[in-house]
Amino acid sequence: MPAQSPWLWFGLAVGQIALVLIWVLLSLAFLLWGDRKIWAGVQMRKGPNVVGPFGLFQSFADFLKFVLKEIVIPAGADKFVFLLAPLISFILAFGAWAVVPLAPGWVVADINVGILYLFAISSLGVYGIIMGGWASNSKYPFLGSLRSAAQMVSYEVSIGFVIITVILLSGTMHLSQLVDQQKGWIWNWYVFGGGLKNLPLALVMIPMAVIFFISALAETNRPPFDLPEAESELVAGYQVEYSSTPYLLFMIGEYSNIVLMCAMIAVLFFGGWNPGFPTDFMASWSPTLQSFLLFLVFFAKIIFFFFLFAMAKAIVPRYRYDQLMRLGWKVFLPITGIAVVLVGGYRVFSPLLWGQG
Amino acid sequence: MPLQAIAFYLMAAVTIAAGLGVVSARNPVHSVLFLITAFFSAAGLFVLLGAEFLAMLLVVVYVGAVAVLFLFVVMMLDIDFAALKQGFARYMPIGLVVAGVLVLEMIFVTVSVANGGKAGPGATPQASGVDISNVETIGRVLYTDYAYFFEAAGMVLLVAMIGAIVLTLRHKPGVKRQNIGAQVARGPKTGMTIVDIGSGASVDEGSLNQ
Repeated sequence: MPAQSPWLWFGLAVGQIALVLIWVLLSLAFLLWGDRKIWAGVQMRKGPNVVGPFGLFQSFADFLKFVLKEIVIPAGADKFVFLLAPLISFILAFGAWAVVPLAPGWVVADINVGILYLFAISSLGVYGIIMGGWASNSKYPFLGSLRSAAQMVSYEVSIGFVIITVILLSGTMHLSQLVDQQKGWIWNWYVFGGGLKNLPLALVMIPMAVIFFISALAETNRPPFDLPEAESELVAGYQVEYSSTPYLLFMIGEYSNIVLMCAMIAVLFFGGWNPGFPTDFMASWSPTLQSFLLFLVFFAKIIFFFFLFAMAKAIVPRYRYDQLMRLGWKVFLPITGIAVVLVGGYRVFSPLLWGQG
Repeated sequence: MPLQAIAFYLMAAVTIAAGLGVVSARNPVHSVLFLITAFFSAAGLFVLLGAEFLAMLLVVVYVGAVAVLFLFVVMMLDIDFAALKQGFARYMPIGLVVAGVLVLEMIFVTVSVANGGKAGPGATPQASGVDISNVETIGRVLYTDYAYFFEAAGMVLLVAMIGAIVLTLRHKPGVKRQNIGAQVARGPKTGMTIVDIGSGASVDEGSLNQ
């Protein structure tokens, strides 16, 4: 990054952050609409169809409605923590986008430990929920937040192991390098082991991608793992006492996390911005156009995984709490642990099979 | 660079203020939240030092896992705040002694490093080339020079974990548990009995409970 003057650099950084923020917020508005449309479609309803053509502006109408309502703070609540909790959720959910490589060279902060940063930020997400639940000073939010915290901490373990398998394959935690290694044909994607020589590893990595997807559902409190908000048991969980803008911040943060998880699946397993075939024919085009086209590929992948999230919400029945814990600790943890050993073993012994390189 | 200086003083000030908040907050939950703030801004200081791997580990392990459990326990405790504050004056001298020892240690380390000394063999490994990242540098030292210490630390943690499980594991008799394997394997042959009842005969319990 050219750093002639620190203040110029500062201004550029702020501009980049603003661009990414606007992009994420705008896509969120339409993805939220898409989520509701898909859900409605599965249940043979029409879904939002009043505001704008096909109801496209429904999210903006909802936004205005939330913002214009009164903020109700319960009398016994810890005011500061109560208002801080949704802010933390919101800020963390958007802070994580800083390291996501959107296209070649299009990333706000190109740091060396990008994967760890994403993991760290997503592990902090639990604070918004647990603080919101505690500060509400009420039984249902508190129980909901405790459940949610236990759930998120449990599934972080298996997510961590899955990420380690990808790091073992790539040998880097730098997200742009990680995506760059997956360029070329589709078998270079890490879901197929990354390269023809590693094709046997597809047997391990495809289940890893599936486990990552399911853990992402649990980590973002999406159905079928939306136990923190199980309305039949806990009303709306940690969000019971929230209204108006604080609730909106929680909701946007939650959806931003979901889209972030979709982006993580795309980056870690499905080649990020790489379309699955060599893009050498684009070499003579202008770099901006190339980047933009590859960015569209990445965006399409995000939308595809978001579609899977929405379908999982629509067609999978909810898990019971003990089943959720059993799945996390007794099924995913051993499987991912064995997978780490297998991938590590393959990385050590594959040079004997195929020769160096 | 002014930006780095601003970031350093901001995060250092937040760390110290949060540290004071931990000991002075009346509500223990607020104390834990201050502690988390201190951890987080300390991670920021690590990043400024160029130790981004350490910073991320600090956030993942301490903030993301340990402090969540702290918060869990503290939130669920029914604490008598008045009783908690009573011992403050009595424990004050011990606290001051510990703080004094820590400050002295920090001064010694800082002074010796500033004078070009090292704390041990290869204590501050520098990234020699441009290509070698933070992670690789730590890995090379950790798994070669300090491999025994690393493994010993791992064993200590494993023993502690097994100890905690042994202390808390109770097998209660009479608890209904779901056996998913048995449920899935259950078919018409094992789950259903067909009883042929003659006309006028009653169904007795024995024939149904097979």
